[in-house]
Amino acid sequence: MGSCCYGAFSASSHLSVTDFSRGFKSPKLPCLSKRQERWFARPQGAPKISAYYGLRTPPYKLDALEPHMSRRTLETHWGGHHRNYVEGLNKQLEKNQLLYGCTLDELVKVTYNNGNPSPEFNNAAQVWNHDFFWESMQPGGGSMPILGVLQQIEKDFGSFTNFREKFVEAALTLFGSGWVWLVLKREERRLAVIKTSNAICPLVWDDIPIISLDMWEHAYYLDYKNDKGKYVNVFMNHLVSWNVAMARMARAEAFVNLGEPKIPIA
Amino acid sequence: MALRSVLSRKGLGLGFAQLRGLQTFSLPDLPYAYGALEPAISGEIMQLHHQKHHQAYITNYNKALEQLQDAVAKGDSAAVVKLQSAIKFNGGGHINHSIFWKNLTPVHEGGGEPPKGSLGWAIDTHFGSLETLVQKINSEAAALQGSGWVWLGLDKELKKLVVETTANQDPLVTKGPNLVPLLGIDVWEHAYYLQYKNVRPDYLKNIWKVINWHYANEVYEKESE
Repeated sequence: MGSCCYGAFSASSHLSVTDFSRGFKSPKLPCLSKRQERWFARPQGAPKISAYYGLRTPPYKLDALEPHMSRRTLETHWGGHHRNYVEGLNKQLEKNQLLYGCTLDELVKVTYNNGNPSPEFNNAAQVWNHDFFWESMQPGGGSMPILGVLQQIEKDFGSFTNFREKFVEAALTLFGSGWVWLVLKREERRLAVIKTSNAICPLVWDDIPIISLDMWEHAYYLDYKNDKGKYVNVFMNHLVSWNVAMARMARAEAFVNLGEPKIPIA
Repeated sequence: MALRSVLSRKGLGLGFAQLRGLQTFSLPDLPYAYGALEPAISGEIMQLHHQKHHQAYITNYNKALEQLQDAVAKGDSAAVVKLQSAIKFNGGGHINHSIFWKNLTPVHEGGGEPPKGSLGWAIDTHFGSLETLVQKINSEAAALQGSGWVWLGLDKELKKLVVETTANQDPLVTKGPNLVPLLGIDVWEHAYYLQYKNVRPDYLKNIWKVINWHYANEVYEKESE
């Protein structure tokens, strides 16, 4: 499932669910098979191949999240920061053909290199993180999850209120730049709230993210200046997409045996 | 103890008040008006940066110190160790920003004027020229991922100038116990976002117009004795 491409059609990172189908074993293996690598060792004069990723647009118009997240923020955050990460990644990939043939998820894990990240990690992870973040929100979002997601949250946190408190607390106690996540931990088979620094995402520990919140200052400064608390509460009340969370959980259930309760697809 | 040396350190303008035997800290005044650094740094940013961000670091630093005092008194080692990251972050934020305000000065008070005296000579010796130094600092600052600071420091032991970056609010001393900060540039997004948005290089280009080399030279001369 490579993402090499040659023309104007851009391969972009994955959809609203992360790609677990590869059963990723060792992050040290390059993404190409031996046969593919031989094919890459072309003779001189052969046309140069480049693979690149494209900038995915959020699944809503840039002003659709007003007044909770302004069009100006989306334009700068998505059109500036996110775009720079994509372009930076593509420039780095031009020089490093070993990384061809990966999906974006695989690229993040390979470049993380078990805690000793290569230079491409920052760009790859931030592209992935931002794709995931835009999809974690929707116009008219917020309020509460329903059905299986709610049941799982109540099982793992006691109540939705408790989960919300933990999520907000994590966001407000993050030092520096980073992200807050609701993840499904594979080993422990339960949901958890975690915070990560800079570009790190739970994919590198093979956990399954369900929802994320960008706590880098650029995500909220234009709208809320230094009022982080307001930003986080607005996200929980008006922006977070529990629909997407439900879809992600449903998919995750195929890989993690949660036992009861079942997560029905609404 | 490290805490005591921080509290007794003069010349940083750290205001403090007595409270239950614990010295607490208060927000130092800026030596210039909020709008005085325009157009390099907007008055809006200066006000938010000083009154909200720096104040928040001080408030949380005082709180952490109070909790630390309690934990030490009770002999609660787990709590003492747990508080270290909050102290490093908020205390570092206070230290760094106190230096930062002194590193800036309005143009009409010498902001941007190249360093003369021994610091100017040292820069030419170690880096070749001021332009080279500025370029080096700017490229390290632009490449910094996430939040942090970029510093021009003096290594007191090796007697040379260094350019270093620190992450989050780590003070320069975390990169080497003999390092003294001469100039620090805040590259947290809150330092420039409202004006420059994601174009950090523009902020870095313009901030040199209000850098207070006079202060840096003073510190250099004092620490080089």
